[in-house]
Amino acid sequence: MNTVFLYALVGVGLFTLGLYALIVHTHLLRKILAVNVMGSGVFLVLVALGGRTPGASPDPVPHAMVITGIVVAVSATALALALLLRVRAETGRTRLPEERLE
Amino acid sequence: MSAADHKWSSLALRWVRLLLLLALAGGLAYAVLSLPDQAIGLNDQVRSNMETSGVHNPVTAVLLNFRGYDTLLEMGVLLVALLGVWSLGAAAAHRRVGPGPVLSFLVDGLVPMMILMAGYLLWVGAAAPGGAFQAGSVLAAAGILLLLSSKRLPVRLMRWPLRFALVLGLGAFVAVGVTLLSVSGLFLQYPPGLAGGLILFIEAAATLSIGVTLAALFLGGRPEAGPRR
Amino acid sequence: MILQWGFDGMLAIALLLLAWRALRSPDLFTAIVLFIAFGLVMALAWVRLQAPDVALAEAAIGAGLTGALLLAALARLNDLDDNINDSHAVDAEKK
Repeated sequence: MNTVFLYALVGVGLFTLGLYALIVHTHLLRKILAVNVMGSGVFLVLVALGGRTPGASPDPVPHAMVITGIVVAVSATALALALLLRVRAETGRTRLPEERLE
Repeated sequence: MSAADHKWSSLALRWVRLLLLLALAGGLAYAVLSLPDQAIGLNDQVRSNMETSGVHNPVTAVLLNFRGYDTLLEMGVLLVALLGVWSLGAAAAHRRVGPGPVLSFLVDGLVPMMILMAGYLLWVGAAAPGGAFQAGSVLAAAGILLLLSSKRLPVRLMRWPLRFALVLGLGAFVAVGVTLLSVSGLFLQYPPGLAGGLILFIEAAATLSIGVTLAALFLGGRPEAGPRR
Repeated sequence: MILQWGFDGMLAIALLLLAWRALRSPDLFTAIVLFIAFGLVMALAWVRLQAPDVALAEAAIGAGLTGALLLAALARLNDLDDNINDSHAVDAEKK
Protein backbone atom coordinates (compact mmCIF):
# COMPACT_ATOMS: atom_id res chain seq x y z
CA MET A 1 0.00 0.00 0.00
CA ASN A 2 1.63 3.24 -1.03
CA THR A 3 0.72 6.68 0.21
CA VAL A 4 -2.06 7.01 -2.36
CA PHE A 5 -4.21 4.59 -0.45
CA LEU A 6 -3.43 6.36 2.82
CA TYR A 7 -4.94 9.56 1.41
CA ALA A 8 -7.89 7.64 0.00
CA LEU A 9 -8.59 6.22 3.47
CA VAL A 10 -8.30 9.70 4.96
CA GLY A 11 -10.88 10.79 2.41
CA VAL A 12 -13.22 8.00 3.50
CA GLY A 13 -12.67 9.01 7.12
CA LEU A 14 -13.44 12.66 6.38
CA PHE A 15 -16.61 11.66 4.55
CA THR A 16 -17.79 9.61 7.49
CA LEU A 17 -16.89 12.34 10.00
CA GLY A 18 -18.79 14.87 7.95
CA LEU A 19 -21.80 12.58 7.66
CA TYR A 20 -21.80 12.02 11.43
CA ALA A 21 -21.66 15.75 12.10
CA LEU A 22 -24.40 16.36 9.54
CA ILE A 23 -26.70 13.91 11.30
CA VAL A 24 -25.91 14.93 14.86
CA HIS A 25 -25.89 18.72 14.77
CA THR A 26 -29.10 20.70 14.51
CA HIS A 27 -27.50 24.11 13.96
CA LEU A 28 -27.69 24.90 10.24
CA LEU A 29 -24.26 26.51 10.01
CA ARG A 30 -22.67 23.37 11.46
CA LYS A 31 -24.53 21.32 8.89
CA ILE A 32 -23.04 23.47 6.15
CA LEU A 33 -19.56 22.93 7.62
CA ALA A 34 -20.22 19.19 7.76
CA VAL A 35 -21.27 19.03 4.11
CA ASN A 36 -18.11 20.89 3.13
CA VAL A 37 -15.97 18.38 5.01
CA MET A 38 -17.81 15.54 3.28
CA GLY A 39 -17.08 17.17 -0.07
CA SER A 40 -13.40 17.51 0.76
CA GLY A 41 -13.29 13.83 1.65
CA VAL A 42 -14.78 12.86 -1.69
CA PHE A 43 -12.28 15.05 -3.52
CA LEU A 44 -9.42 13.41 -1.64
CA VAL A 45 -10.60 9.97 -2.67
CA LEU A 46 -10.91 11.05 -6.31
CA VAL A 47 -7.48 12.62 -6.61
CA ALA A 48 -5.75 9.98 -4.51
CA LEU A 49 -7.12 7.16 -6.64
CA GLY A 50 -6.09 9.11 -9.72
CA GLY A 51 -2.50 8.93 -8.61
CA ARG A 52 -2.22 5.21 -9.10
CA THR A 53 -0.72 5.60 -12.59
CA PRO A 54 2.35 3.50 -13.37
CA GLY A 55 4.36 6.51 -14.57
CA ALA A 56 5.57 9.49 -12.59
CA SER A 57 2.74 11.90 -13.41
CA PRO A 58 -0.79 11.41 -12.15
CA ASP A 59 -3.98 11.23 -14.16
CA PRO A 60 -5.08 14.83 -14.86
CA VAL A 61 -8.78 14.11 -15.39
CA PRO A 62 -9.63 13.70 -11.66
CA HIS A 63 -7.70 16.92 -11.00
CA ALA A 64 -9.90 18.83 -13.43
CA MET A 65 -13.03 17.26 -11.96
CA VAL A 66 -11.99 18.20 -8.43
CA ILE A 67 -11.22 21.79 -9.42
CA THR A 68 -14.72 21.96 -10.88
CA GLY A 69 -16.02 20.35 -7.71
CA ILE A 70 -14.34 22.88 -5.44
CA VAL A 71 -15.89 25.79 -7.35
CA VAL A 72 -19.32 24.15 -7.31
CA ALA A 73 -18.93 23.50 -3.57
CA VAL A 74 -18.18 27.14 -2.83
CA SER A 75 -21.14 28.37 -4.85
CA ALA A 76 -23.41 25.86 -3.13
CA THR A 77 -22.05 26.99 0.25
CA ALA A 78 -22.75 30.62 -0.64
CA LEU A 79 -26.33 29.77 -1.63
CA ALA A 80 -26.78 27.67 1.52
CA LEU A 81 -25.54 30.53 3.70
CA ALA A 82 -27.92 32.97 2.02
CA LEU A 83 -30.75 30.50 2.67
CA LEU A 84 -29.63 30.18 6.30
CA LEU A 85 -29.77 33.94 6.80
CA ARG A 86 -33.19 34.06 5.16
CA VAL A 87 -34.48 31.25 7.40
CA ARG A 88 -33.18 33.15 10.40
CA ALA A 89 -34.87 36.35 9.24
CA GLU A 90 -38.18 34.62 8.57
CA THR A 91 -38.47 32.23 11.51
CA GLY A 92 -35.99 33.60 14.03
CA ARG A 93 -34.30 30.19 14.44
CA THR A 94 -31.00 28.84 13.22
CA ARG A 95 -31.57 25.30 14.44
CA LEU A 96 -33.79 22.62 13.06
CA PRO A 97 -36.43 21.56 15.57
CA GLU A 98 -35.38 18.63 17.76
CA GLU A 99 -36.84 15.30 16.78
CA ARG A 100 -39.11 13.90 19.45
CA LEU A 101 -39.45 10.14 19.81
CA GLU A 102 -43.20 9.82 20.24
CA MET B 1 -43.35 6.85 26.96
CA SER B 2 -41.88 7.48 30.35
CA ALA B 3 -38.79 9.58 30.74
CA ALA B 4 -36.58 6.58 31.50
CA ASP B 5 -37.78 4.73 28.40
CA HIS B 6 -37.11 7.85 26.40
CA LYS B 7 -33.57 8.07 27.71
CA TRP B 8 -32.81 4.41 27.02
CA SER B 9 -34.20 4.47 23.52
CA SER B 10 -32.32 7.61 22.59
CA LEU B 11 -29.11 6.03 23.94
CA ALA B 12 -29.79 2.89 21.92
CA LEU B 13 -30.48 5.06 18.89
CA ARG B 14 -27.14 6.78 19.33
CA TRP B 15 -25.31 3.46 19.45
CA VAL B 16 -27.16 2.20 16.38
CA ARG B 17 -26.26 5.39 14.55
CA LEU B 18 -22.60 5.04 15.50
CA LEU B 19 -22.47 1.40 14.45
CA LEU B 20 -24.13 2.14 11.12
CA LEU B 21 -21.64 4.91 10.41
CA LEU B 22 -18.71 2.67 11.35
CA ALA B 23 -20.12 0.00 9.07
CA LEU B 24 -20.35 2.56 6.26
CA ALA B 25 -16.77 3.68 6.86
CA GLY B 26 -15.59 0.09 6.94
CA GLY B 27 -17.42 -0.76 3.74
CA LEU B 28 -16.03 2.27 1.92
CA ALA B 29 -12.52 1.57 3.18
CA TYR B 30 -12.79 -2.02 2.01
CA ALA B 31 -14.03 -0.84 -1.38
CA VAL B 32 -11.16 1.62 -1.70
CA LEU B 33 -8.50 -0.86 -0.57
CA SER B 34 -9.73 -3.56 -2.91
CA LEU B 35 -8.98 -1.40 -5.94
CA PRO B 36 -5.90 -2.42 -7.95
CA ASP B 37 -2.59 -0.81 -7.09
CA GLN B 38 -2.01 0.54 -10.56
CA ALA B 39 -4.59 1.93 -12.91
CA ILE B 40 -3.83 3.80 -16.08
CA GLY B 41 -7.01 5.81 -16.22
CA LEU B 42 -7.04 8.44 -18.95
CA ASN B 43 -3.45 9.55 -18.41
CA ASP B 44 -2.01 8.12 -21.61
CA GLN B 45 -4.83 9.39 -23.77
CA VAL B 46 -4.50 12.92 -22.42
CA ARG B 47 -0.76 13.05 -22.79
CA SER B 48 -0.73 11.64 -26.28
CA ASN B 49 -3.20 14.28 -27.44
CA MET B 50 -1.43 17.23 -25.83
CA GLU B 51 -0.12 18.68 -29.13
CA THR B 52 -3.58 19.15 -30.56
CA SER B 53 -4.86 20.71 -27.36
CA GLY B 54 -2.90 23.94 -27.73
CA VAL B 55 -1.52 24.12 -24.17
CA HIS B 56 1.26 22.38 -22.25
CA ASN B 57 -0.45 21.98 -18.91
CA PRO B 58 -2.47 18.73 -18.97
CA VAL B 59 -4.99 19.93 -16.38
CA THR B 60 -5.72 23.08 -18.40
CA ALA B 61 -6.01 20.98 -21.52
CA VAL B 62 -8.53 18.71 -19.83
CA LEU B 63 -10.49 21.59 -18.30
CA LEU B 64 -10.69 23.85 -21.31
CA ASN B 65 -10.37 21.52 -24.27
CA PHE B 66 -11.04 17.84 -23.70
CA ARG B 67 -13.80 18.42 -21.15
CA GLY B 68 -14.80 21.92 -22.12
CA TYR B 69 -18.50 21.13 -21.68
CA ASP B 70 -17.97 20.56 -17.97
CA THR B 71 -16.31 23.94 -17.58
CA LEU B 72 -19.03 25.63 -19.58
CA LEU B 73 -21.71 24.12 -17.39
CA GLU B 74 -19.72 25.04 -14.31
CA MET B 75 -19.77 28.70 -15.29
CA GLY B 76 -23.52 28.21 -15.57
CA VAL B 77 -23.62 26.74 -12.06
CA LEU B 78 -21.82 29.78 -10.69
CA LEU B 79 -24.34 32.07 -12.35
CA VAL B 80 -27.30 30.05 -11.09
CA ALA B 81 -25.94 30.14 -7.54
CA LEU B 82 -25.59 33.91 -7.81
CA LEU B 83 -29.14 34.15 -9.15
CA GLY B 84 -30.31 32.14 -6.17
CA VAL B 85 -28.49 34.40 -3.71
CA TRP B 86 -29.82 37.52 -5.45
CA SER B 87 -33.37 36.23 -5.42
CA LEU B 88 -33.25 35.76 -1.65
CA GLY B 89 -32.97 39.43 -0.83
CA ALA B 90 -30.99 42.60 -1.15
CA ALA B 91 -27.48 42.95 0.21
CA ALA B 92 -27.18 43.93 3.86
CA ALA B 93 -27.27 47.65 4.46
CA HIS B 94 -23.87 49.11 3.93
CA ARG B 95 -22.50 50.47 7.17
CA ARG B 96 -20.26 53.39 6.44
CA VAL B 97 -17.50 52.39 8.85
CA GLY B 98 -14.22 53.46 7.31
CA PRO B 99 -11.33 51.00 7.28
CA GLY B 100 -8.72 51.22 9.99
CA PRO B 101 -5.17 52.18 9.09
CA VAL B 102 -3.93 48.57 8.86
CA LEU B 103 -6.69 47.46 6.51
CA SER B 104 -6.34 50.59 4.43
CA PHE B 105 -2.59 50.08 4.08
CA LEU B 106 -3.07 46.43 3.18
CA VAL B 107 -5.71 47.20 0.60
CA ASP B 108 -3.58 49.85 -1.07
CA GLY B 109 -0.64 47.47 -1.25
CA LEU B 110 -2.28 44.12 -1.80
CA VAL B 111 -5.06 44.78 -4.28
CA PRO B 112 -2.82 45.87 -7.17
CA MET B 113 -0.51 42.94 -6.48
CA MET B 114 -3.45 40.56 -6.45
CA ILE B 115 -4.65 41.84 -9.79
CA LEU B 116 -1.15 41.34 -11.15
CA MET B 117 -1.02 37.87 -9.64
CA ALA B 118 -4.35 37.00 -11.23
CA GLY B 119 -3.03 38.05 -14.62
CA TYR B 120 0.10 35.97 -14.08
CA LEU B 121 -1.84 32.88 -13.03
CA LEU B 122 -4.07 33.25 -16.07
CA TRP B 123 -1.14 33.57 -18.45
CA VAL B 124 1.00 30.83 -16.95
CA GLY B 125 -1.89 28.40 -16.76
CA ALA B 126 -1.11 27.26 -20.27
CA ALA B 127 2.25 25.76 -19.34
CA ALA B 128 2.40 25.47 -15.55
CA PRO B 129 -0.07 25.11 -12.66
CA GLY B 130 -2.55 27.92 -12.86
CA GLY B 131 -5.46 28.80 -15.04
CA ALA B 132 -8.77 30.58 -15.08
CA PHE B 133 -10.19 29.31 -11.77
CA GLN B 134 -7.10 30.05 -9.75
CA ALA B 135 -6.72 33.51 -11.32
CA GLY B 136 -10.43 34.23 -10.88
CA SER B 137 -10.32 33.30 -7.22
CA VAL B 138 -7.39 35.67 -6.56
CA LEU B 139 -9.36 38.39 -8.32
CA ALA B 140 -12.35 37.56 -6.13
CA ALA B 141 -10.14 37.83 -3.05
CA ALA B 142 -9.07 41.31 -4.17
CA GLY B 143 -12.74 42.23 -4.64
CA ILE B 144 -13.59 40.91 -1.17
CA LEU B 145 -10.77 42.99 0.34
CA LEU B 146 -12.23 46.06 -1.31
CA LEU B 147 -15.71 45.19 -0.07
CA LEU B 148 -14.40 44.68 3.47
CA SER B 149 -12.72 48.07 3.47
CA SER B 150 -16.06 49.67 2.66
CA LYS B 151 -15.12 50.74 -0.82
CA ARG B 152 -18.11 50.52 -3.08
CA LEU B 153 -18.27 51.04 -6.81
CA PRO B 154 -20.32 53.95 -8.09
CA VAL B 155 -23.96 53.06 -8.49
CA ARG B 156 -24.04 53.42 -12.25
CA LEU B 157 -21.46 50.61 -12.54
CA MET B 158 -23.72 48.35 -10.51
CA ARG B 159 -26.34 47.79 -13.16
CA TRP B 160 -25.40 46.78 -16.65
CA PRO B 161 -21.57 46.75 -16.36
CA LEU B 162 -21.82 44.38 -13.40
CA ARG B 163 -24.22 42.08 -15.21
CA PHE B 164 -22.06 42.21 -18.32
CA ALA B 165 -19.01 41.15 -16.34
CA LEU B 166 -20.98 38.33 -14.72
CA VAL B 167 -22.19 36.92 -18.01
CA LEU B 168 -18.95 37.45 -19.91
CA GLY B 169 -17.37 34.09 -19.06
CA LEU B 170 -20.31 31.90 -19.99
CA GLY B 171 -21.06 34.15 -22.94
CA ALA B 172 -17.54 33.93 -24.36
CA PHE B 173 -17.57 30.17 -24.02
CA VAL B 174 -20.93 29.81 -25.73
CA ALA B 175 -19.97 32.35 -28.41
CA VAL B 176 -16.82 30.40 -29.28
CA GLY B 177 -18.79 27.18 -29.35
CA VAL B 178 -21.52 28.58 -31.57
CA THR B 179 -18.99 30.17 -33.92
CA LEU B 180 -17.16 26.88 -34.25
CA LEU B 181 -20.50 25.15 -34.73
CA SER B 182 -21.39 27.45 -37.62
CA VAL B 183 -17.92 27.20 -39.17
CA SER B 184 -17.09 23.52 -38.86
CA GLY B 185 -20.31 21.91 -37.68
CA LEU B 186 -18.96 20.78 -34.27
CA PHE B 187 -19.65 22.61 -31.00
CA LEU B 188 -16.45 23.46 -29.10
CA GLN B 189 -14.17 21.51 -31.40
CA TYR B 190 -11.14 23.82 -31.55
CA PRO B 191 -9.08 23.69 -34.77
CA PRO B 192 -5.58 22.62 -33.62
CA GLY B 193 -3.87 25.79 -34.85
CA LEU B 194 -6.25 28.14 -33.05
CA ALA B 195 -6.72 26.06 -29.91
CA GLY B 196 -4.15 27.91 -27.79
CA GLY B 197 -5.54 31.33 -28.66
CA LEU B 198 -9.14 30.29 -28.15
CA ILE B 199 -8.34 28.76 -24.77
CA LEU B 200 -6.59 31.94 -23.65
CA PHE B 201 -9.53 34.06 -24.81
CA ILE B 202 -12.06 31.90 -23.01
CA GLU B 203 -9.90 31.76 -19.89
CA ALA B 204 -9.52 35.54 -19.79
CA ALA B 205 -13.26 36.09 -19.99
CA ALA B 206 -13.81 33.33 -17.45
CA THR B 207 -11.30 34.82 -15.02
CA LEU B 208 -13.11 38.15 -14.95
CA SER B 209 -16.46 36.44 -14.64
CA ILE B 210 -15.38 34.07 -11.87
CA GLY B 211 -13.79 36.91 -9.89
CA VAL B 212 -16.85 39.12 -10.10
CA THR B 213 -19.25 36.23 -9.40
CA LEU B 214 -17.40 35.03 -6.30
CA ALA B 215 -17.09 38.57 -4.94
CA ALA B 216 -20.81 39.12 -5.58
CA LEU B 217 -21.55 35.85 -3.75
CA PHE B 218 -19.64 37.27 -0.78
CA LEU B 219 -21.80 40.40 -0.85
CA GLY B 220 -24.70 38.11 -0.06
CA GLY B 221 -27.57 39.80 -1.87
CA ARG B 222 -28.68 42.06 -4.67
CA PRO B 223 -26.54 45.16 -4.79
CA GLU B 224 -28.60 48.23 -3.99
CA ALA B 225 -29.40 50.33 -7.00
CA GLY B 226 -30.57 53.35 -5.06
CA PRO B 227 -28.65 56.51 -4.25
CA ARG B 228 -25.99 56.21 -1.57
CA ARG B 229 -24.79 58.97 0.69
CA MET C 1 10.78 6.33 2.23
CA ILE C 2 10.36 6.49 6.01
CA LEU C 3 10.43 10.27 5.75
CA GLN C 4 7.71 10.21 3.10
CA TRP C 5 5.52 7.95 5.15
CA GLY C 6 6.18 10.03 8.25
CA PHE C 7 5.20 13.25 6.54
CA ASP C 8 2.14 11.76 4.86
CA GLY C 9 1.11 10.16 8.11
CA MET C 10 1.36 13.46 9.94
CA LEU C 11 -0.66 15.21 7.23
CA ALA C 12 -3.30 12.49 7.43
CA ILE C 13 -3.56 12.77 11.21
CA ALA C 14 -3.64 16.57 10.98
CA LEU C 15 -6.49 16.45 8.46
CA LEU C 16 -8.62 14.08 10.51
CA LEU C 17 -7.90 15.89 13.76
CA LEU C 18 -8.64 19.34 12.34
CA ALA C 19 -11.89 18.13 10.78
CA TRP C 20 -12.93 16.47 14.05
CA ARG C 21 -12.15 19.55 16.12
CA ALA C 22 -13.83 21.87 13.62
CA LEU C 23 -17.02 19.82 13.58
CA ARG C 24 -17.18 19.25 17.36
CA SER C 25 -16.09 22.65 18.59
CA PRO C 26 -18.76 24.28 20.80
CA ASP C 27 -17.96 27.79 19.59
CA LEU C 28 -18.91 28.57 15.98
CA PHE C 29 -16.12 31.06 15.40
CA THR C 30 -13.52 28.49 16.48
CA ALA C 31 -15.17 25.94 14.24
CA ILE C 32 -14.92 28.18 11.18
CA VAL C 33 -11.30 29.11 11.88
CA LEU C 34 -10.40 25.44 12.29
CA PHE C 35 -12.19 24.74 9.02
CA ILE C 36 -10.02 27.33 7.28
CA ALA C 37 -6.94 25.66 8.76
CA PHE C 38 -8.29 22.31 7.56
CA GLY C 39 -8.56 23.75 4.05
CA LEU C 40 -4.97 24.94 4.12
CA VAL C 41 -3.67 21.55 5.26
CA MET C 42 -5.74 20.02 2.47
CA ALA C 43 -3.80 22.25 0.06
CA LEU C 44 -0.62 20.62 1.40
CA ALA C 45 -2.18 17.21 0.83
CA TRP C 46 -2.92 18.14 -2.76
CA VAL C 47 0.71 19.09 -3.25
CA ARG C 48 1.77 15.71 -1.84
CA LEU C 49 -0.59 14.05 -4.31
CA GLN C 50 1.10 15.91 -7.18
CA ALA C 51 -1.92 18.09 -7.91
CA PRO C 52 -0.61 21.68 -7.79
CA ASP C 53 -3.55 23.13 -9.72
CA VAL C 54 -5.95 21.63 -7.21
CA ALA C 55 -3.75 22.94 -4.38
CA LEU C 56 -3.97 26.49 -5.74
CA ALA C 57 -7.72 26.21 -6.18
CA GLU C 58 -8.23 24.70 -2.71
CA ALA C 59 -6.11 27.31 -0.93
CA ALA C 60 -7.83 30.21 -2.65
CA ILE C 61 -11.40 28.96 -3.00
CA GLY C 62 -11.78 26.08 -0.58
CA ALA C 63 -10.05 27.62 2.40
CA GLY C 64 -10.02 31.35 1.71
CA LEU C 65 -13.33 32.06 0.02
CA THR C 66 -15.40 29.52 1.90
CA GLY C 67 -13.90 30.77 5.16
CA ALA C 68 -14.70 34.38 4.27
CA LEU C 69 -18.28 33.44 3.35
CA LEU C 70 -18.76 31.49 6.60
CA LEU C 71 -17.33 34.28 8.75
CA ALA C 72 -19.51 36.88 7.03
CA ALA C 73 -22.59 34.75 7.64
CA LEU C 74 -21.62 34.22 11.28
CA ALA C 75 -21.15 37.97 11.72
CA ARG C 76 -24.61 38.62 10.30
CA LEU C 77 -26.14 35.98 12.55
CA ASN C 78 -24.48 37.55 15.59
CA ASP C 79 -25.68 40.97 14.46
CA LEU C 80 -29.26 39.71 14.34
CA ASP C 81 -28.85 38.20 17.80
CA ASP C 82 -27.44 41.46 19.16
CA ASN C 83 -30.33 43.41 17.68
CA ILE C 84 -32.83 41.10 19.30
CA ASN C 85 -31.03 41.29 22.65
CA ASP C 86 -30.90 45.07 22.45
CA SER C 87 -34.60 45.33 21.67
CA HIS C 88 -35.39 42.94 24.53
CA ALA C 89 -33.30 45.10 26.85
CA VAL C 90 -35.10 48.22 25.69
CA ASP C 91 -38.48 46.50 26.18
CA ALA C 92 -37.43 45.34 29.65
CA GLU C 93 -36.41 48.89 30.56
CA LYS C 94 -39.71 50.26 29.36
CA LYS C 95 -41.64 47.91 31.66
